Amino acid sequence: MVGNLYIIEKARLDDLIRLLREDGCRVVGPTIRDGAIVFDEIASAEQLPRGWTDVQEAGHYRLERRTDDAYFGYVVGPYSCKRYLFPPRQRLFSITRNGRPLSGFDVDVTSASPPRIAFLGVRACDLAALEIQDRVFNAEYADPYYRDVRRSAVLIAVNCSEPGGTCFCSSMQTGPRCTRLFDLALTELPAAFAAEAGTERGRALLERLSPQPADRNVQHLVELMLESAAEHMGRALDTRELPEILLQNPEHPHWNRVAERCLACANCTLSCPTCFCSNVEDSTDLGGSRAERWRSWGSCFTLEFSYHTGGFSRSSVRARYRQWLTHKLAGWHEQFGMSGCVGCGRCITWCPVGIDVTKEATTIADDVRRADVAERGARERSR
Amino acid sequence: MSAEMTYRPPVISGHERPMVPALARIIDRTVETSNTATYQLELCDPGLAAKFRFRPGQFNMVYAFGVGEAAISICSDPGDCTKFSHTIRHVGSVTFAISRLSPGDCVGVRGPFGSSWPLSACRGRDVLLVAGGIGIAPLRPMIYELLRHRDLYGRLMLLYGVRSPRDMLYREEVEGWMRRRDFQVLTTVDYPDADWSGPVGVVTNLMRRVRVDAARTSVFVCGPRIMNRAAAHSFLAHHVPQEHIFVSLERNMRCGIGQCGHCQYGPKFVCKDGPVFSYASIQHQFSKEEI
Amino acid sequence: MPVDGQAKLAVYKFSSCDGCQLSILDLEDELLALAERVKIAYFLEARRHVDPGPYDVGLVEGSISTPEEAERIIDVRRECKFLVTIGACATSGGIQALRNWADVEEYKRTVYAHPDYIRSLDTATPVAAHVLVDFELRGCPVNKYQLLEVLGAYLTGRRPQIPTYSVCMECKRSGNVCVMVAHGTPCLGPITQAGCGALCPSYHRGCYACFGPSDSAGPRSLCRFFMERGLARPDIVRMLRGFNGYLEPFKQTSDEYESDHIRYG
Repeated sequence: MVGNLYIIEKARLDDLIRLLREDGCRVVGPTIRDGAIVFDEIASAEQLPRGWTDVQEAGHYRLERRTDDAYFGYVVGPYSCKRYLFPPRQRLFSITRNGRPLSGFDVDVTSASPPRIAFLGVRACDLAALEIQDRVFNAEYADPYYRDVRRSAVLIAVNCSEPGGTCFCSSMQTGPRCTRLFDLALTELPAAFAAEAGTERGRALLERLSPQPADRNVQHLVELMLESAAEHMGRALDTRELPEILLQNPEHPHWNRVAERCLACANCTLSCPTCFCSNVEDSTDLGGSRAERWRSWGSCFTLEFSYHTGGFSRSSVRARYRQWLTHKLAGWHEQFGMSGCVGCGRCITWCPVGIDVTKEATTIADDVRRADVAERGARERSR
Repeated sequence: MSAEMTYRPPVISGHERPMVPALARIIDRTVETSNTATYQLELCDPGLAAKFRFRPGQFNMVYAFGVGEAAISICSDPGDCTKFSHTIRHVGSVTFAISRLSPGDCVGVRGPFGSSWPLSACRGRDVLLVAGGIGIAPLRPMIYELLRHRDLYGRLMLLYGVRSPRDMLYREEVEGWMRRRDFQVLTTVDYPDADWSGPVGVVTNLMRRVRVDAARTSVFVCGPRIMNRAAAHSFLAHHVPQEHIFVSLERNMRCGIGQCGHCQYGPKFVCKDGPVFSYASIQHQFSKEEI
Repeated sequence: MPVDGQAKLAVYKFSSCDGCQLSILDLEDELLALAERVKIAYFLEARRHVDPGPYDVGLVEGSISTPEEAERIIDVRRECKFLVTIGACATSGGIQALRNWADVEEYKRTVYAHPDYIRSLDTATPVAAHVLVDFELRGCPVNKYQLLEVLGAYLTGRRPQIPTYSVCMECKRSGNVCVMVAHGTPCLGPITQAGCGALCPSYHRGCYACFGPSDSAGPRSLCRFFMERGLARPDIVRMLRGFNGYLEPFKQTSDEYESDHIRYG
């Protein structure tokens, strides 16, 4: 049953949510809040954004009514699963002095037991982002909270048949089809869902949803929809030699031009499903006998991020934008064996002034490629 | 990168969580200069203390209660890890808080973190150490190792520069090394006092006073950024191969485990890929600004 | 700084609305703990009794707006070891610094029956323009927890953790939907210093920059974007000249947008 395609009725979606809740999961799925489709805890299919879509462009996001009543007829919202696995603010421990000052202290790491979460409506780009975050938080030194939530998480994925205006997952080879990590992957058809189990857990769930084997026509339709989606991305990024180009051109003049527009507000990094930087803050109560360590989302766009005793490593906005883009698209390969960008387009949509990572990287890469071609031509001629 | 640089003793932390410090007691405190002291520490939990090992060049995250943590290299002899030492210059709020502690008081410790000086890579070769200021601290464990197995190496040289004679760390020890016939130690100061009779000027000037056989010398550099650059470039100019120049970098390490992102230096995490790098591995970003 | 024992605290008022002083009294749950570590020696808003200086910590509210204040702040500096300015008035000149762009004499004639009774300077300026300030705490009003953090850090001997990055950091951490991107509401959050917990965006309003410019604020780029989205130049000038309009780079950018000579690149 794992890997095969089945058909389930749309009405089964509510059963799926109920089953997951009965299994003790908090179901986190798409729902409309404050003019956007966001991930939030949901209790029934009623709360899904049925019949809504999102229109996304650089620095622009609007909800619109669809002409049909699709459940998943939108792409990605401002936040990914990241906030549930790597919470924006988290206490790492509290610590109390015992005895006379500084003669010793007791550490308390107890925190609420991590919730069991079923993510519903996760897209291929977000699955790829999870895989990336696994390599940061669940590798040699596992983050205990991330590890526990991740281990118990149920992933109900949805294939994208209508990419958004800032999507470029096909360039990053992460989507639009979900290929791994999911327990269950759905493709929304006009009158039903095509469903594929990726794990035993997914298979067990699917069995409880009265699945019918999908015939060849349905299989063909799904293929066609996803192929067409791959060809209709709102954005594209040519990744050939991109890591080398970026690493070798830190002085390219285009970094200055981006810096004139960049607000260093950090929205891109906080919307990004893979950005993992954090601040570690120690503090005390007024009495000075109890201290805590908190970890919160940080960003390489903040000045304080590069603070050290001698000053700031990256005092200019130019250096910070360059650090982010170069890390994401180039340095990441050396660090984690893959790109840090999954092509979800969030950094483009949620940049308040609409700076477009694909445009900026392309401007630099095209310029360098052109110069290389010109240089090769000149060498040939001189021979 | 050699296997030795990537070998890591286990990280000791509290509650088996890498971000939680383990309690360590200050056993001894030696005042080195007007703003620097060496603290000898011992982990309070005997189980952890028995497990603690480190390699020369590695660092610990040292926690001052409620104030925060600082990445500080371990400067004691790796041959005896039951106790370990940190030479700390009191310049920030964490190190300033530590300066107010006395023997018997406690700090938190997580570590050891990071890469180490590749000792086996320089077996049979001449070894040249270049230290600036407090940069001598991370080199000291290596000096202990080199001297312990002195016959494994060729010529052994240390060039050590400080601002003024009063800023010299481990003074008696350095004088002891100077008296050895199998260890050439040269010191220099930027600002001499009336008693100083040695060379004056930056540490790279001392390179003229030693004979460097480029083909058989391994170089180990640790000091302020500007000194690291000058030294590395000068050895490259002397045709020492990139793979045999090693530099220990200082950066704003916060977590030590490559998760918080602060210490990134190009594609490297200084906390886990470094702090010791071969010049070859960081040549693209080494002389760039604002990386 | 006193690591153990009580620190003597003084709270001063200059030209201001008293809102920041009230945020000290607002620390209901923490006031007892504060009183254990700190002896409130001078705080006329709270008690008439005054212990003589010198003081360990001085908190200054309000801008320097009169000749008398310009003299008094020098005495205040002399009697405090660690001087902290609290709130927009004390750190930027406050809303009253709008007069720095206007004719104060004309204002006096318009507002007061007997303008000759009024003695004020031509400008309202931040305290740091007059004396050395050890720490500036922004906000209109200040965030009481940030105030507590500054005092706590001083008492512990560490750097206060008062971020100077943008409001967006707090906004995104709280999980808000961006009012600018999703609603088209002009918002100064991207160039404003955090500290309020993204209060206005949490209620679907744009940020008014109560905490002043962030450390890396680029108002030119943001305002260019506002213009592209249909905001008029006077609107942009008014947005920038709020509670912290006299702080750079808000001041310079608002001047540019006010002047006819600005070129938009």
